[in-house]
Amino acid sequence: MDKTQNNRAWFLVLPVLVLVAFSAVVPLMTVVNYAFNDTFGQNRFFWNGLGWFQDMLASERVHGALGRQVLFSAIILTIEVPLGIFVALNMPKNGFWSSFCLVLMALPLLIPFNVVGTIWQIFGRVDIGLLGHSLAALGIDYNYTNDALDAWLTIIVMDVWHWTSLVALLCYAGLQSIPQAYYQAARIDQASRWSIFRYIELPKMAGVLLIAVLLRFMDSFMIYTEPFVLTGGGPGNSTTFLSIDLVKMAVGQFDLGPAAAFSLMYFLVILLVSWVFYTVMTTLDRQEGK
Amino acid sequence: MARITLSNLAHSYYPNPKSEADFALKEMDHVWDDGGAYALLGASGCGKTTLLNIISGLVHPSQGRVLFGDRDVTGAPTAERNIAQVFQFPVVYDTMTVRENLAFPLRNRGMDAAYIQSRVAQIAAMIGMEATLDRKARGLTADAKQKISLGRGMVRQDVNAILFDEPLTVIDPHMKWELRTQLKLLHREFGHTMIYVTHDQTEALTFADKVVVLHDGRVVQMGTPQELFETPEHTFVGYFIGSPGMNLLDATIHGNMAQTAAGPVALAAHYAPQNGRTQIGIRPEYAEMTAGIGLPARVLRIEDVGRHRIIRAEVAGSQISVIAGEGQPVGADLTHVRFDPARVNVYANDWRIKGAV
Repeated sequence: MDKTQNNRAWFLVLPVLVLVAFSAVVPLMTVVNYAFNDTFGQNRFFWNGLGWFQDMLASERVHGALGRQVLFSAIILTIEVPLGIFVALNMPKNGFWSSFCLVLMALPLLIPFNVVGTIWQIFGRVDIGLLGHSLAALGIDYNYTNDALDAWLTIIVMDVWHWTSLVALLCYAGLQSIPQAYYQAARIDQASRWSIFRYIELPKMAGVLLIAVLLRFMDSFMIYTEPFVLTGGGPGNSTTFLSIDLVKMAVGQFDLGPAAAFSLMYFLVILLVSWVFYTVMTTLDRQEGK
Repeated sequence: MARITLSNLAHSYYPNPKSEADFALKEMDHVWDDGGAYALLGASGCGKTTLLNIISGLVHPSQGRVLFGDRDVTGAPTAERNIAQVFQFPVVYDTMTVRENLAFPLRNRGMDAAYIQSRVAQIAAMIGMEATLDRKARGLTADAKQKISLGRGMVRQDVNAILFDEPLTVIDPHMKWELRTQLKLLHREFGHTMIYVTHDQTEALTFADKVVVLHDGRVVQMGTPQELFETPEHTFVGYFIGSPGMNLLDATIHGNMAQTAAGPVALAAHYAPQNGRTQIGIRPEYAEMTAGIGLPARVLRIEDVGRHRIIRAEVAGSQISVIAGEGQPVGADLTHVRFDPARVNVYANDWRIKGAV
């Protein structure tokens, strides 16, 4: 086949290049610029090399936030993934109640993040909130504004309430794709409920579970709005996660250099962990295929 | 292993069936022998899968009973029936190795490890999969997976019957033949009762000792491939089995003569006068084009299918097929068709009637 060679066609890509440059590359490069330079304003920059990065890596404040962040993501994944699978397994498979459950499950996913924060902020208040007031009435000492443990519990319950549906819906879709014949065969083989889950349902759900774990990890690792609205990072620094700390540093203190170095490392950590998750899970998958 | 008795069995998917048309499976009484190879043959939607599901326990019949040996299993769940089933699409446990797949039913029944190991080795040899025992089932081809599901069924020694639900649907044509042959061998060697559901007459006729032809929820004939070919009990069996199917011509019957629109046809027996629609049926294999004997026929076209030729002809407005042997010349002088009187069947309202010789 004769193809006309005309390199001017590359110009057609230009609009996309310009768009991507302005929406991603230029802002990112600005951050890179701040991360390697120091400035006293008036657009004058002084080369600082890896200075900000070294500061951030040594900063106890960042260590604290990172520790809290890792703990938070770990707790969220351990609760939401099994719970989501459990919910999906127990949802009606067809008929009116299946549609009803699907709509019900999708509702929390449709609420904007700051509204979720506000809902729980009010819900948990001891003076007027249904949850907080009821707990107080039961004689339980609960106050998320000045007790670190209560604040953590509230944030975790809020996130579970908000996002378990996502895991459940993905798993439900995976389960629905399993042909009936598998269950019939399992019955003939006298497989136990656990065996059916372990050897039929779980392998068929592996693909969607990978997506669910990745999404939940990335989202929980970057969480900002909900805890910010609920606790503002307090009491003290006890619920100051990485992104909250980053915003404090960049917008609150106007420490643009450290904040830029911080955000670059933050970005790389998420990228790295997601890559590790993905690689480990797909390799496991492939090994089983042999 | 056990004899399977279907007593007074019928099934309707409606809760309150009013007429016979509401029944997906019309009343039937059959005894299937222990160790027989049966094929359920019929077009899509004729009720063959319903019947299979009743036997396997997935569907509870609206009326009648199912007996395995002397035990009434009508109400028994699938797990208690000790049956095995091979499905249309291969059902294997993907994450397990072939060995684990074969051992699974035994392990679930709490057999001891040494027994499981020897039994799995035995089955693997039977289905010819010793070389791939330690591979994951996921990466295997469709025919290998079907062999595994068959093996998983046979690994239990107490299995009453092995059910096949169109098991060759997803198999490549050249493997179909091999698998069918292997099935037949296994049946001969181990004598399990096998029930094979299919809409493919070649599969049914090569696999089964007895073929059960279902039409519109009714068993229209149960017989050997030979019987189905020579004496179809119902016109449906006539044209569903055979390639091409049986020729049917409307005719009125007078003793040992059938009067068709094109002329008289001699019969080998005497028949009492019949009410309703009467037809004669003749296999294309037993018809012959002649230069003047028989009914006048006009040749429409000739199809060469290799081993023989199929002559499509018209007799008084009805289309018929005639099979001509390889060596037989086919020319313009062939103006009539002659039927072998001994091979002509007579049908009244679609059911075959017997004549007195």
